[in-house]
Amino acid sequence: MIQGVGITHVLIVSTLMFFIGIYGFLTRKNLITILIAIELILNSVAINFIVINKYLFPEKINGQIFSLFIIAVAAAEVAIAIAVVIDFYRINKSIDVEHGETMKY
Amino acid sequence: MDWSYTIWIPLLPFVGFLLLGFYGRKLPAPVPGWIGTIGVFGALVLSYITAYNYFFVENTDMLFEPIKGFEMLWMNFTDVLQFKMGVLLDPISVMMMVVVSTVSFLVHLYSIGYMKGDPGFGRFFVSLSLFTFAMLGLVVATNLFQIYFFWELVGVSSYLLIGFYYEKPSAILASKKAFIVTRFADFFFLIGILIISYYTQTFDFLTLNGMDETSFTSLSASSFMGMSVLAWALTLAFIGGAGKSAMFPLHIWLPDAMEGPTPVSALIHAATMVVAGVFLVARLFPMYSHVDGGAVLHIVAFVGAFSSLFAAIIALTQLDIKRVLAFSTMSQIGYMMLGLGVSGLEGHEGLGYTASMFHLFTHAFFKSLLFLGAGAIIHAVHSNYMTKMGGLRKYLPITHITFLIAALAISGIWPFAGFFSKDAILDAAYMHNKIYFWVGWFVAGLTAFYMFRLYYRIFWYEDRVYKHTPHEAPATMTYPLMILGALSLLAGFVFFYVWPFAEYIGPTGKPFHMHINWILAGISLGVALIGIVLATIMYKKKNDIPDKVSKAFGLFYKWTYDKFYFDEIYMFVTKKIMFGIISAGWTWFDTNIVDGTMNLIGNTTVKSSNAIKKLQSGRMQDYAYAIVSGAVALVIIFVYIWTH
Amino acid sequence: MGAQIMFYILAIIILVFSFLAVTSSKVMRATMYLLFTLIATGGLYFLIDYNFMASVQLIVYAGGIVALIIFAVMLTEKIEAKIALPDKTKMIFAGLLSIVGSIVTIYILLSHPFKESSNDIGQTVSVIGENLLNYGEGGFVLPFELVSILLLASLIAAIVIAKRKFDN
Repeated sequence: MIQGVGITHVLIVSTLMFFIGIYGFLTRKNLITILIAIELILNSVAINFIVINKYLFPEKINGQIFSLFIIAVAAAEVAIAIAVVIDFYRINKSIDVEHGETMKY
Repeated sequence: MDWSYTIWIPLLPFVGFLLLGFYGRKLPAPVPGWIGTIGVFGALVLSYITAYNYFFVENTDMLFEPIKGFEMLWMNFTDVLQFKMGVLLDPISVMMMVVVSTVSFLVHLYSIGYMKGDPGFGRFFVSLSLFTFAMLGLVVATNLFQIYFFWELVGVSSYLLIGFYYEKPSAILASKKAFIVTRFADFFFLIGILIISYYTQTFDFLTLNGMDETSFTSLSASSFMGMSVLAWALTLAFIGGAGKSAMFPLHIWLPDAMEGPTPVSALIHAATMVVAGVFLVARLFPMYSHVDGGAVLHIVAFVGAFSSLFAAIIALTQLDIKRVLAFSTMSQIGYMMLGLGVSGLEGHEGLGYTASMFHLFTHAFFKSLLFLGAGAIIHAVHSNYMTKMGGLRKYLPITHITFLIAALAISGIWPFAGFFSKDAILDAAYMHNKIYFWVGWFVAGLTAFYMFRLYYRIFWYEDRVYKHTPHEAPATMTYPLMILGALSLLAGFVFFYVWPFAEYIGPTGKPFHMHINWILAGISLGVALIGIVLATIMYKKKNDIPDKVSKAFGLFYKWTYDKFYFDEIYMFVTKKIMFGIISAGWTWFDTNIVDGTMNLIGNTTVKSSNAIKKLQSGRMQDYAYAIVSGAVALVIIFVYIWTH
Repeated sequence: MGAQIMFYILAIIILVFSFLAVTSSKVMRATMYLLFTLIATGGLYFLIDYNFMASVQLIVYAGGIVALIIFAVMLTEKIEAKIALPDKTKMIFAGLLSIVGSIVTIYILLSHPFKESSNDIGQTVSVIGENLLNYGEGGFVLPFELVSILLLASLIAAIVIAKRKFDN
């Protein structure tokens, strides 16, 4: 708990971070920047878990455990995503999402 | 005695059908024919054994009680509504079994030669075996449901066989016509069955035939236009039978059905399927004569007599030899119907019934012989028209002799088969109503005339030069002709004197004695001879008398040649009146509302999917946008709901 | 008071660099901005006395994931290459959606009465470790194992995908 800072403030920060991530996800064309946006989203969620754990249920640790898992999943996801991006780059000589449109066929 | 083997009588051709249906088209040409023939031969042997056992072993007391050789429950809906399949053995079913398997076997054998080289050889035998199965199943039916089931099945196989040359538009039209007309009649039959089973709570023939007049009266208290409900039901059933048997006015399909291969005409449209209507009336005969005191039989007799006369008149002028035979078939079936219609139930009163069955029996042989002979002739000359024939007796000796035998038999000349049966029918008609007798008598003369006109036009008339010298058909075709020739020659004689038909087959199973009324026989024999003599004068050598005669009849000749315009009338009624006027509103509704709705749904789907296709861009960001905006929208909605 | 100031500084860092990370036209810079954001988040964890989480954040996120992303950038793009900027309409719509979403969420946050606990105990690392391996009630051994399998699977998958050979 931070002296003088209510939970709402922290949560507002994570919310804004979340929607900035969404914005990035929706607008970016480069696959890596999309990945960055996703990391932002995941990070904001992790902040949420931790903050709620700390402020509302300090005697428990579930929030921390969950954000640990989120970090682990994010790591796994980035590993795969980077592999896919490199593969994508080798096929299209570019990492623009526009080139991925053909995948719908 | 254990009769359960009789189930194999219909099943053997069915096995043949299955084998041929699965493998028939892959086999080389004669093999499917022999497979089908062997299947039917099995049925033939079994039915002869059955006939021997039934007539000479089981019932030595000459009281022929019906036996259920086999019966199984097929579909069980309620206590009353049960559909059973089985084998009913009684004099007429055993007789029909013999007739059907004999003719079917001979036709199978004949077809091996006739259909040689046809690309649809295997297919032909598939349908033929199916038909034999269906017909045998029909004649051994134990109940109305079974008879209706097989009734439709013979209709289907008849349709398949008429339309056998499916690349010929006329064959397709003919098969459609036959199917639609008989199906139309079957619809009445079905309603009849439903009414009968509704009032009597049974489908079973033995139960139905076992009831007496009072129980029928008590069952059908309600009446409509002077007849009880059951009488109406029987009339409807008779309409179904009339459709199958090509009785006036449902006869129009039979001449066209000659588009099928000739063996088919011999089997289906001469000997077996077309007598199904006669068989149906005979099958329910005790019921027919009990309900309303036999009122429906008056209709049967009238329709039979009228069809007989009507068809005989048309047959006089036709030039297509198969059509002459088709109308002759119709005329002879009319005789059978007449015989049933004038029959009583007990003792000598039942002469009409016996005579009708007897005529069915002999007619099957000589008419299939005529058709098979016609097939041999067509095979040799490659034409159906008697104008392209003449002088063929030198080229086709076996066909000539057998055809002559059949012509004499159908004309009712002693001692050929037709004489005895036709005489018995005329006798019965005389006992019942003199007018029917004179109609039958006149038809007998006409029959003799048109048969010998046909005979002379084919075999005598004029010596002409053929492009291809006609030659006699192969052995598989001539042997059936000779066998049938022998049967046509002997069947009447043997079954009159040696094993008198009446002692075995009667409406109640009780025998009586049948004898020839020589005065009536003499009169009818006389008219037949007059017919033959007239035909000889007019057609033995080419001369101008026929032209003069046809000119003298003038318009009437034209009418008969065009079959009294019945096809045209039906076309007018269906096309102009029913389709054009009565159903016009419905058609409008159908095309605009029903189809329109469906088209609208279809078009809307196509259009809207074209419109929204762009949403499926394949760009995950677009999808993510949809997901996020949807989530936000949902949150807004829920928040609004919760806070208000 | 110091903590309060610190929080606001961290919040500003987080928001500003987040925003820069998603708008920067150079991939490498975006990655760096992400790194700053993640480090600031780690600082936030320190601030609320979750030292273990903070160190995990720094090691895994700021250290591992960002390093991976940098590798990807280096393998695929020229570091100083500018990337295409999004369409205007797309930006407007996505921005509108994000703003609306934020407003709605913040409205909910503000209107919801959180019951903050006055109990301010910090959990030691050993408690987390024991709980991760606890197979009794309330233990997390199953998800822990699942995550380990997931990491293994993604390791293999990453190798398989990246090793794929192409004819052209």
